[in-house]
Amino acid sequence: MAVIDLANPTRFLQFANRAIPWLGGVTVVVFAFAINQAMVAPDDYQQGATVKIMFLHVPGAWLGMLAWGLMTIAALGTLVWRHPLADVTAKAAAPIGAAFTLMCLVTGSLWGRPMWGTYWVWDARLTSELILFLLYLGVIALWRTVEDPSRAARAVAILTLVGAIDLPIIKFSVDWWNTLHQPASVFRLAAPTIDPSILIPLLIMTAAFTLLFATLLLAAMRNEILRRRVRALRLMQASAVS
Amino acid sequence: MEATSHMAFIVAAYAAAGAVVGGLTAWVMLDYRVQLGRLADLEKRGFARRSASAASAPPAERAREKS
Repeated sequence: MAVIDLANPTRFLQFANRAIPWLGGVTVVVFAFAINQAMVAPDDYQQGATVKIMFLHVPGAWLGMLAWGLMTIAALGTLVWRHPLADVTAKAAAPIGAAFTLMCLVTGSLWGRPMWGTYWVWDARLTSELILFLLYLGVIALWRTVEDPSRAARAVAILTLVGAIDLPIIKFSVDWWNTLHQPASVFRLAAPTIDPSILIPLLIMTAAFTLLFATLLLAAMRNEILRRRVRALRLMQASAVS
Repeated sequence: MEATSHMAFIVAAYAAAGAVVGGLTAWVMLDYRVQLGRLADLEKRGFARRSASAASAPPAERAREKS
């Protein structure tokens, strides 16, 4: 099956039905390995065992931003090409991205209390991440407010494109402003500043969460296509009755 | 800094992540069942997509197949 064939919802559904069990299985195996690696990783010389919270916090931050990045590409697909799978992708990705952003915020707070002495500070990185979470809630609310999916998709696409401004702000906030949050230590032009004994488990855990994200996104997209079929049939039923 | 004094924060972080991942997975799986049920219900009432009507298998069954 060529990649372009997946642009057809029916063919995408066939692909998703075949791919989800395999992807789910690989996710479980990689997760089991990642959790084992995270548990046996040494304590950090400054953070102690609290560094283990980073194995959750960093993937949460990465996936929260990845989901919005995908939604931004999908928004262009909706506004420029008006492709039905583009808004299916955007709608499916929103709650998943929101959940991972929430995970990033909660685990960050739980790391901050013992390390910084506070659960929360209104510095640029934390505040821009919170804004991303609120943007996700806004997008989810907008999807629920407008009943017609194609009309909702256009409104959501505009909000998504505006919200994309927050992504570089999150990434570079630690460079542009004086923040309590430390500068980038993994995703940077120079080599990561983390010791391999902690960096490798962190990357494996990030890979596991990314696989989980891909599995959940495919499954949520399948659900959304089925939901639209249900809606179309209900409209057909309503017009038959009236 | 004593690792043991921070254990509650570590456990709370993993519990929160577990709740997020578990909740998300359960929601997606439940939603799938709900949509299949609704399609099957509509099919029972004689409403099916044109392409599905032409095929021998009903839409809910075809959506479920290979999954």
